[in-house]
Amino acid sequence: MSMTKEFAGKTILLDDEGFMENPAEWDKAVAEELAAEIGISPLTDGHWQVIDFCRADHQSQGEAPTLRRITQLAGVPTKELYKLFPKGPAKKVAFVSGLKKPTGCI
Amino acid sequence: MKKLLILGAGTAGTMVANKLSHMLSREEWKITIVDQHETHYYQPGFLFIPFGIYGENDVIKPKRDFIPQGVEMIVSEIKLIEPEENRVRIAKDDRFLYYDFLIIATGTHPCPEETPGLTEGEWRNSIHDFYTHEGAIALAKKLRTWDGGRLVVNIMELPYKCPVAPLEFIFLADWYFHERQMRDKVELTLVTPLPGAFTKPRAAQLLGNTLEDKNINLVPEFYPERVDPERKVLVSYEDEEVPYDLLITVPVNRGADVIGISGLGDELNHVPVDKHTFLSTQFDNIFALGDAANLPTSKAGSVAHFAAEVFVENFMRYIEGQEMISSFDGHANCFIESGFGKGILIDFNYDVEPLPGKFPLPGIGPFSLLQESEMNHWGKMMFRWMYWNILLKGKEMPITAQMSMAGKWN
Ligand SMILES: Cc1cc2nc3c(=O)[nH]c(=O)nc-3n(C[C@H](O)[C@H](O)[C@H](O)COP(=O)(O)OP(=O)(O)OC[C@H]3O[C@@H](n4cnc5c(N)ncnc54)[C@H](O)[C@@H]3O)c2cc1C
Repeated sequence: MSMTKEFAGKTILLDDEGFMENPAEWDKAVAEELAAEIGISPLTDGHWQVIDFCRADHQSQGEAPTLRRITQLAGVPTKELYKLFPKGPAKKVAFVSGLKKPTGCI
Repeated sequence: MKKLLILGAGTAGTMVANKLSHMLSREEWKITIVDQHETHYYQPGFLFIPFGIYGENDVIKPKRDFIPQGVEMIVSEIKLIEPEENRVRIAKDDRFLYYDFLIIATGTHPCPEETPGLTEGEWRNSIHDFYTHEGAIALAKKLRTWDGGRLVVNIMELPYKCPVAPLEFIFLADWYFHERQMRDKVELTLVTPLPGAFTKPRAAQLLGNTLEDKNINLVPEFYPERVDPERKVLVSYEDEEVPYDLLITVPVNRGADVIGISGLGDELNHVPVDKHTFLSTQFDNIFALGDAANLPTSKAGSVAHFAAEVFVENFMRYIEGQEMISSFDGHANCFIESGFGKGILIDFNYDVEPLPGKFPLPGIGPFSLLQESEMNHWGKMMFRWMYWNILLKGKEMPITAQMSMAGKWN
């Protein structure tokens, strides 16, 4: 079951958990509004470093990175990630980055 | 002679060795399997040892009893895989084993030393685990004389093998302390990084209700940074704390070190593979099966079993240069022991979450899905016999590899 919602003047397709269906519809303005929706506002350089890594990693790997992957490859300590994206950073950063929920958690 | 080399003689490696030894021509193929241990552990049985339901000898048999004739078994640590050279270095006699095709089935294992504080001082005293044979035995001893308090079961990181085992443990603990007439002296809490009792929504809800009915607390979305063994608290990355008197932990699970050293693993040393065929994403003559692979489904013996069936069919085509036409759907089928002689059964795959209904099993079933029943408990207890006598030997099970919607309510 999918639905659509307005973000930054664009109509965006979301999956049943509210994650973006199509990463190509994403841009920085959309990210700001997605972040605000989960109580993160404004996005700082620290946030962008993580978001940029996740977007790039998704491009090469085809899925959103897990928490451990972000900390190891983007060089951001876990503690810092939790400050930037409290309560489930891997899920939250995927949400803001316009990606599907990471599959690492089964 | 062509050489097939299998690394790891656990559930997946043993099953595949048995199946392929019947399918590949003895004149054309030499099959070799390597493992560091002589003993095969029935890991699902570790769950029952702490409660005295199984003894330590009820879960072990010699590995060799399950390796078919004509397959060479080498007992040795595997040191290094060199995919560019098509060879593997083993510790025994510091030898190289060459292969045409390699199957990696080295599993995943608990690494308590990954979490600060866990193994320092209080390990096997006020901190225990049940994911290893020694751990389960030590915990049985501890529980026999424990006089009550706060018992916390926690999961350190995802993914870990057998995602339902921590839940089963805490359900059985509830039963165990009832039986010993001291349930009122024990507070039970499950602490998990997941948002609920399980990942998939309908199962999470049902299992969450079951926890509530049994008066077991749930602390979700708790990602532990460390344990403070002196103050006896679990500390999260957000500085939340959960106090315990007895901590029973599911440590970080990692694939074998040799996978990482050989450059074949992800962050946790699990091997990236195509999720439908198990072919390595890096090398076209390497496959990874069972817990060793980084598949987005449960790391469980039942998954390894369904995967092995799809794999051998494909492998027979692949070696003839044909396309692999069977596609693994992520099928998992797990009995969840829920205490008091009952169990719950869940059946799901990559796309379909566990649904309620009846699971038809010719000659034995039906089992009720997503619902407690005594029949499901017997299913779980029967599983050990099936594991040694049918599963490991690569014989046909009365369950199809692909998930079926028969009997499920949508
Ligand atoms: C407590 C518990 C309860 C469980 N309950 C269930 C259940 O109810 N149902 C279910 O389906 N599954 C259950 N499981 C999971 C199941 O046991 C595993 O998923 C299954 O055994 C995986 O098989 P495998 O072949 O991938 O790995 P394993 O069976 O773990 O085999 C890996 C093998 O590789 C060998 N190895 C690794 N590294 C090296 C090296 N460097 N050199 C040499 N040898 C090496 C190891 O010695 C081992 O024999 C449970 C697991 C646990 C721990």
